[in-house]
Amino acid sequence: MENNIVISAADLRKVYRRGAEEVRAVDGVSFEAAAGEMVAITGPSGSGKTTLLNLIGCLDNPTSGTLSVGGRAVFGGGRELSERELTLVRRELFGYVFQKFYLIPTLTVEENILLPGAFYAAPGAKEAHEVMKLLGIERRYRHLPGELSGGEMQRVAIARALINSPRVLLADEPTGSLDSRRAEEIKDILRGLTRQGITVVMVTHNLELASSADRRLEIRDGKIHGV
Amino acid sequence: MNIYSIAYKNLLRKKTRTALTAGGIMLSTWVLATLLGFNRGYQQGLNRDIDNMGFQVLLTAKGCPYEAATLMLKGGTGLRYMAADVVKTVYKNAEVEKVTPMLMQGVFDPNKGENGAVAAYLGVDADTFPAMKPYLEFKQGGWFRDNAAYEAVLGYEAAELETREVGDKMLIPGVDKEIKVVGVLKRSGTQDDGTIFLPIAAVQKIFAKQGKLTGLGIKVKKDADLTAFENKLYDLPDVQVVSMAQVKTTIMNLVNSARVIVMGIAGIALIIAMAGVINTILMSVMERYAEIGILKSMGAMPLDVFKMIWLETAILCALGGAAGIGLAFTTARLAEAGVRYFLPYAPNGALIALDGGITAFSFALILGGGLLSGVYPAWRAARVRPLEAIRIEGEQ
Repeated sequence: MENNIVISAADLRKVYRRGAEEVRAVDGVSFEAAAGEMVAITGPSGSGKTTLLNLIGCLDNPTSGTLSVGGRAVFGGGRELSERELTLVRRELFGYVFQKFYLIPTLTVEENILLPGAFYAAPGAKEAHEVMKLLGIERRYRHLPGELSGGEMQRVAIARALINSPRVLLADEPTGSLDSRRAEEIKDILRGLTRQGITVVMVTHNLELASSADRRLEIRDGKIHGV
Repeated sequence: MNIYSIAYKNLLRKKTRTALTAGGIMLSTWVLATLLGFNRGYQQGLNRDIDNMGFQVLLTAKGCPYEAATLMLKGGTGLRYMAADVVKTVYKNAEVEKVTPMLMQGVFDPNKGENGAVAAYLGVDADTFPAMKPYLEFKQGGWFRDNAAYEAVLGYEAAELETREVGDKMLIPGVDKEIKVVGVLKRSGTQDDGTIFLPIAAVQKIFAKQGKLTGLGIKVKKDADLTAFENKLYDLPDVQVVSMAQVKTTIMNLVNSARVIVMGIAGIALIIAMAGVINTILMSVMERYAEIGILKSMGAMPLDVFKMIWLETAILCALGGAAGIGLAFTTARLAEAGVRYFLPYAPNGALIALDGGITAFSFALILGGGLLSGVYPAWRAARVRPLEAIRIEGEQ
């Protein structure tokens, strides 16, 4: 198990000021996630779930603590990573899925999936078709997002997140905009990804989705209250 | 998938807004190219008109020299007279290569146009005038037999207007004299196209102006000192010296003064287009704030985002600019007709001279201005932090 660890966070903290008040959005969180593990982060609104997800996904620097992803020490030693360094880490290690999909409406399904390739050397059309096949949207590759259902749009967003073969897929409320049937489909897809060795870390209010995870981190006031 | 394709397709999201902005750029480019083309066309036309007069100095009876010059350019006359013996006096100067006397007369013709109009007749010397205008070619016939013959040579447009050809007879209204058309000129693109030429002695006799002239064109030898020669002419009594070089310089000074106003208008057009571009692109960035953040979370660097937004601006300006250039070419004749209607004097030939230089300059200016206006929206987009985008998503 030790060698299989993909995410290793120790005493992660994120503190910011809101006027005179000091807000401890993430307050000493430590956890590990193995390859192919699905971790659900749950908790009430404002508890620090998304902030924790952002720290894990290198969207922001922590105030303190250490984080290793895929055996690579990302945060630690008190040094803040620059925007460029954070971007390079994100390109290499992570895929992101959001509640609102954020597909570009004038690009086809295939073009949306290949979007990261516009900014750096990401895989091409062959890989995109493999991912589309995996997610069952291969016949929709020429369609525009406006012609797809919500579930299909989220599959496209997942495909886009997978195109650069990330070690970790981070999902913020991936079923938040979907009905229960579509949510179930997305849950199965995420589950399927873990079987391919991808670590999935998601923030969700969907109890059914959370219960399907291998591990559930209950966050309150920035701290883990239950695992 | 490349950044150019993304930028282009982003512009298609709000087609009406993109079309309106591109339309604004197109109009600005059109205004710019047309004004620059007019400036050049006017200058070229004026040079051509003055050069085609065949002489560098014009003597007229005392009066406003610029009015006289303008009237001559328009094929008219000040209708003041000087003695014909001035020809001999001028000829004595060593600088003179050729002189040609002219007598312009205008008669009201009640049958011309709907309400009648002035018909102008230019009496010219058959021996010297053709040599001053070597570019004039005949469509039919030739010059007069002698200076006393009751014959006419019609400019191309005059012949068309009068519906006359060689052999036809014309009646000069008011004096009831009949003249025979002996030549019709080919189109020359000068004021001569609209002129009716008669032998000078005949005009003097018909209108009882024996021994009188309205103008004397002087062609100076190539190596002569034009300024010194003009100074000598200033000593002649009751005549005024119109240096065509001075006329050209004066009119061009006026045109250049007008150019400041013209360029001001073009500048305003450019600023309006730039404001439109900033507004459109900035609005587009604001609408895609979260999406831009997501692109950055996916691995886009700030420079990538800057390039993407800047490319959108460049595509918009390039499309609008190209359409504006096209519009300038297709409407040049129409714009020229409009300008001619309002100008008191417009030279012959193309008044709006669009060429590669003007086209390239207008396009480059619009593109450069557009790219400059795109810097701020692109910079704002490049500064979007993915975290903010995600926070906005959470708040919505």
